[in-house]
Amino acid sequence: MAIKTEPITINLGPQHPSTHGVFRMRVTFDGEVVVDLEPVFGYLHRGTEKLAEERSYVQVVTLTDRLDYESSMTNNLAYVRAVEKLAGITPPERGLYLRVTASELQRIASHLITIGFMLQELGVFATVLMYCFRERERVLDMFEMLCGARITLSYMRPGGVTQDAPREFWPALDDFLKQMPGYIDELEELISHNEVVLARMRNVGILPDHLAVDSSITGPVLRASGVQWDLRKAAPHEVYDRMEFDVPIGAKGDTFDRYLVRIQEMRQSLRILEQCRDQIPEGPIKTEEPYFIRPPAGEAYAFVESPKGELGFYLISDGGISPYRCKIRSPSFINLTALKEMTVGSKMADLIVIFGSLAVNMGEVDR
Amino acid sequence: MCSEPTGGILDFCSVYRLSAGLLPSGAEWAAFALAAVFLAFIVINGVVAVTAGYTWFERRVIGRFQARIGPNRWGPFGLLQPLADVVKLMTKEDLVPEEADRPVFNLAPVVLLVPALAVVAFIPLGENSFLGRVNVGVLFILGITGLNTFGIFMGGWASRNKYALLGAMRGVAMLISYEVPMALALAGVVLTAGSMALSGIAEAQAVPFALVQPLGFLVFMIAASAEMSRAPFDMIEAESELGSGYHTEYSGMKFAVFQLAEFMAPVVNSVIATVLFLGGAEDVGPIPGQVAFVAKVFLLVFFLLWVRTTWPRLRVDQIMAFAWKGLLALALVNTFAVATEMWLLLGADAQLETRDLWIMTAANWVVAIAAVVVVANLMGQRKIRPEAPVPSPLAKMAAEAD
Repeated sequence: MAIKTEPITINLGPQHPSTHGVFRMRVTFDGEVVVDLEPVFGYLHRGTEKLAEERSYVQVVTLTDRLDYESSMTNNLAYVRAVEKLAGITPPERGLYLRVTASELQRIASHLITIGFMLQELGVFATVLMYCFRERERVLDMFEMLCGARITLSYMRPGGVTQDAPREFWPALDDFLKQMPGYIDELEELISHNEVVLARMRNVGILPDHLAVDSSITGPVLRASGVQWDLRKAAPHEVYDRMEFDVPIGAKGDTFDRYLVRIQEMRQSLRILEQCRDQIPEGPIKTEEPYFIRPPAGEAYAFVESPKGELGFYLISDGGISPYRCKIRSPSFINLTALKEMTVGSKMADLIVIFGSLAVNMGEVDR
Repeated sequence: MCSEPTGGILDFCSVYRLSAGLLPSGAEWAAFALAAVFLAFIVINGVVAVTAGYTWFERRVIGRFQARIGPNRWGPFGLLQPLADVVKLMTKEDLVPEEADRPVFNLAPVVLLVPALAVVAFIPLGENSFLGRVNVGVLFILGITGLNTFGIFMGGWASRNKYALLGAMRGVAMLISYEVPMALALAGVVLTAGSMALSGIAEAQAVPFALVQPLGFLVFMIAASAEMSRAPFDMIEAESELGSGYHTEYSGMKFAVFQLAEFMAPVVNSVIATVLFLGGAEDVGPIPGQVAFVAKVFLLVFFLLWVRTTWPRLRVDQIMAFAWKGLLALALVNTFAVATEMWLLLGADAQLETRDLWIMTAANWVVAIAAVVVVANLMGQRKIRPEAPVPSPLAKMAAEAD
């Protein structure tokens, strides 16, 4: 007897527990197997690029906070670097070190969220997520010391950072550096050798290195595919050229590698933080800039290695107080390019995990 | 019926005799109905109350596992939280999707709840303390717990929702698969006890069967947590994939009934496991049987919660592979080992002595450990060593292009 079957199309999202906000995938399933996938974005579009054209250069910093709200620091950094390039500002040493310190703390916080939610999507009932949030809380406390805010930080300014780290920041950082390796070990103990995690994540959503490079994928996702490409090494910005750290890569480019690379990157971030703490010089944190910066007409592109990948700001100035055009190269958006290639042929449960392992943030995708 | 006196505290016959004494003779049918309604009322409310307490327990324990506090606002230690939950759910609007198959949609929660309640009636809560005296209790439990598949599929099918349908489809496939190892695990128990009545099995456990047949206990607990779709087998709901699976479209009281059935399942299953494997309500030294019974149930429930908070969910195909390749093999090994031992140990009087049970215990632990090690090595992931990462040449290309 021939049984008639037909594929079903499901709209995963925008209201779905694991689409990281309001992402929507129009997925066609044959039973449980994905046969086609079409991403649909735009549900969180706030017109950041357009809004930037009507704000002064300093005001735009607050807009960048809201792009990838899990890593405001690196968003700030990428933007202010673009402005500095445009206006020819050179920030003082101490400011640069503070920026790197803040960025690496942000990287740890962002990776913790990614790992926590990845495991949440695997179906651990919030346990790992809670542990990750417990550690992230410490980073947020340190951010609060730095700039008074916890999520939307606006800590950086063209020419440096808003304020110096207060006295209590450095002991807090010391404590964090002392305890964090233990917490990462704890996480690894819970996850890395878990039979079910291995069964679910290994050989799932393999992204071959050539496909990753062809799709312009950057960040941990690219490195998990074995491509040793980190902008902090390849084109060192700030003071990264004075730091000693490794660029961890994955063997296969599957979901588990993407998790492992993030764990290893957190350890490397701790190394960078230690060096920052030891090397940071005394001195001014900020150059004196007017509130309305008027860069000469021209254009500039600046990028940083954000926790998600290469985050770039392309600014065009017409000599006025606000950018003529602000284009954001967001890693989350571009990392979604290969989603279909990675997921077709896998099961529905895998689709969710693969999507989670890309760690996209809808605030950044829709800009 | 009920001519012999029994000493049970919660016994149908005691209540029947009481009500028959109140009513004029000739109205035995009325006395019967009265006793039945009275006991059903007590049992249903008792079980629901226990389940409500259990939801509090579960949320508090999971909270502690997850380095947070859990519900603590309403009443001391948040003990009144279940009450607040019920009030909230009852005041919600009862939505039925326009496209839904209404009668089936409305019936599904009931179909899911009734088997879970019906099982309780046959649990011996002590000597002669049970409602239904069935001499094939194990068969009854297997049969009636299998019915929850209908509830889940009805709910998923009638909702006309693709998430619900996917959840229901997964549910049917999984629940049917796990019936098989579960039944085989129980076969070992029935063989050893020489009885299918739950009270007979409880009495036969001079040594708890969890010790005599560790493999059977393991298989039963795994299959049971799959039967009630608890982690790591909770893919029927799979909230990260399917919203909330087969009950995505339910709200209000119907949703509450689904939740009730779902939270009742761990308690009921732990009770069954306690009776079948942990000696039921036998006195443990100076501790009275009922107290020991509750303690054992709590221990099992806590163990299930521990698993739930620690392990991710398996994928559909992995769950099925585990049932048919791993669990079924383990259950067969257990049944075979027990049957062989029984054949060797049963004397002329066809009675197992306590000494025989200890011999079986020793032999079965060896078998259990060997079987688990073999299956773990055949199916396990951990033995696969990850390859060392090799830097891709493409990174150099990018650097040169700059």
